[in-house]
Amino acid sequence: MMRKFREKLPGRIFFLLALSSISVLALITVFIVVQGAPIIARVGVIDFVFGMSWAPSQGEYGIFPMIVGSLSVTLGAVVLGVPIGICCSIFLAEFAPVRLRNLFRPAIQLLAGIPSVVYGLWGLIFIVPFIRNYMGGPGLSILAGSVVLAIMILPTVISISEVSILALPPAYKEGALALGMTHWQAIRSVQLPAAKSGIVAAVILGIGRAIGETMAVIMLLGNAVALPSSILDPIRTLTTNIGIEMGYATGEHREALFATGIVLFVVIMILNSTAQTIVKRKKDQ
Amino acid sequence: MFEKGEEGRLAPGPALGPEPEPEPGPEPGPSSGSGSVLGNGINPRTRAVKLRTRAVNLYYGDYHALRDITMDIHGCTITAIIGPSGCGKSSLLRLFNRMNDLIPGVRVEGQILLDDQPITGKPTDVTMLRRRVGMVFQRPNVFPMSIYDNVVIGPRRHGVKQRLALDAIAERSLRQVALWEELKDSLKKQAMGLSPGQQQRLCIARALAVKPEIILMDESCSALDPESTMKIEGLMLELTKEYTIIIVTHNMEQARRVSDMSAFMMIDEDKVGTLVEYAPTLELFANPRHQQTEDYITGRYG
Repeated sequence: MMRKFREKLPGRIFFLLALSSISVLALITVFIVVQGAPIIARVGVIDFVFGMSWAPSQGEYGIFPMIVGSLSVTLGAVVLGVPIGICCSIFLAEFAPVRLRNLFRPAIQLLAGIPSVVYGLWGLIFIVPFIRNYMGGPGLSILAGSVVLAIMILPTVISISEVSILALPPAYKEGALALGMTHWQAIRSVQLPAAKSGIVAAVILGIGRAIGETMAVIMLLGNAVALPSSILDPIRTLTTNIGIEMGYATGEHREALFATGIVLFVVIMILNSTAQTIVKRKKDQ
Repeated sequence: MFEKGEEGRLAPGPALGPEPEPEPGPEPGPSSGSGSVLGNGINPRTRAVKLRTRAVNLYYGDYHALRDITMDIHGCTITAIIGPSGCGKSSLLRLFNRMNDLIPGVRVEGQILLDDQPITGKPTDVTMLRRRVGMVFQRPNVFPMSIYDNVVIGPRRHGVKQRLALDAIAERSLRQVALWEELKDSLKKQAMGLSPGQQQRLCIARALAVKPEIILMDESCSALDPESTMKIEGLMLELTKEYTIIIVTHNMEQARRVSDMSAFMMIDEDKVGTLVEYAPTLELFANPRHQQTEDYITGRYG
């Protein structure tokens, strides 16, 4: 009797702990929705999401430029970062001599450990002036944010893709080589397709990191609330909107920032679930 | 793995009897129990030599894995390499398509000649060699893609682009392994969904699709059920009309049933990887010239 209880106790404790982390998620969701939903109801979902003007002092709450901002900066980071990341993971998994690999891996992990404010600082000192001097515009721009975010998502993309390539059974590679393929042909036509779901997962996590990033982009995007006409224009994202204004917002303005949070939440959920269905469909085939 | 009991000699009936696959006629000859010369009664040694090894030594770093292997492998025959685990059978097999190259620190001495052209050493075009010398592995290693893509992936990479040509290759290769009728309506399905026996035959089809001259089979039936094994043995006998087949097997009955020549390797007094005896299967199993061979094939070893 006592023994049975002792056997079951750890399971119960772990269940409670697991439950607490899930309930935190539920609490956050409820909290944001309770705080933010009323203003969305008052302004109207369409006007809030597709409204072009954000002027809290005049009671105008349209966040469309910021949605565009979040998506464009994230897209930029993916376009710049994902190819580099995947190539890097192929290099590490398939081509790198052991010594080089042992040098690269910790370096990439270190990249993940740099605080985002330091990335922002570095971007502000190097990327922003470079863009201003050589490409035009104010420098603080979508491009600057994308470049820095691309670097920030590299560790995620590289390590997860590399793991998914290394996790493939060696039999795939042997089989491909035994058919007279070259090493690169084996990688391209057998190993990469086989590792596809892992690589897609890596990209999704990279996107999640990019779209949620706040500190570095506050420093680099210029934060203007307007639709951009080129990648050299400044822009504001959903995250930076909250980050910049929460400090002094009150009343309706404050509610509108929570509502921004809801939209961010929904955008991330949509991205995640599409990505997950892609991965799942690939697996089911 | 098989109905072993009766010394294998009584095999002709039981060996072929349960096989549901309608195999073409000529098999009963070669597959009938007692090893054999070729199905048509020709001594395998009269066939032209396809592959020669001359005093081949293989080292993995300091480890001496093969010692002074000299043998002639005859074209359009099945050669079985037998021997206890760790004696170097697979290492020898993997010399013929240079798969050992993948292992760091590997070193080969001596000469291997394919159609009298050396295939050891740096100047060899290894990818070209592997197109001429195909390989089927121990476990079916179909790629995670459709059945069709699995079969044509080799020719595709080697430059065949036209849809019709690829279709023809797929059909021919799948017919050669007697999978066409079973699978012709599901070529778009994932190959992973097939049974292990079908997967292994698909792997053979994939190897055949690049039109090799030699097929190496590294214990290719050891992960399969007896019925699938029967089918694959039937295939080997069918394929030997056009291809030279070299198998590594732990299964004495299999060596006896399908092979024309047998090579027995032994861990000889701490000398791993020596070729003890190499002779027509019939001879080797009926009158082994070495005590070690006799001990091994009668099951007295280990």
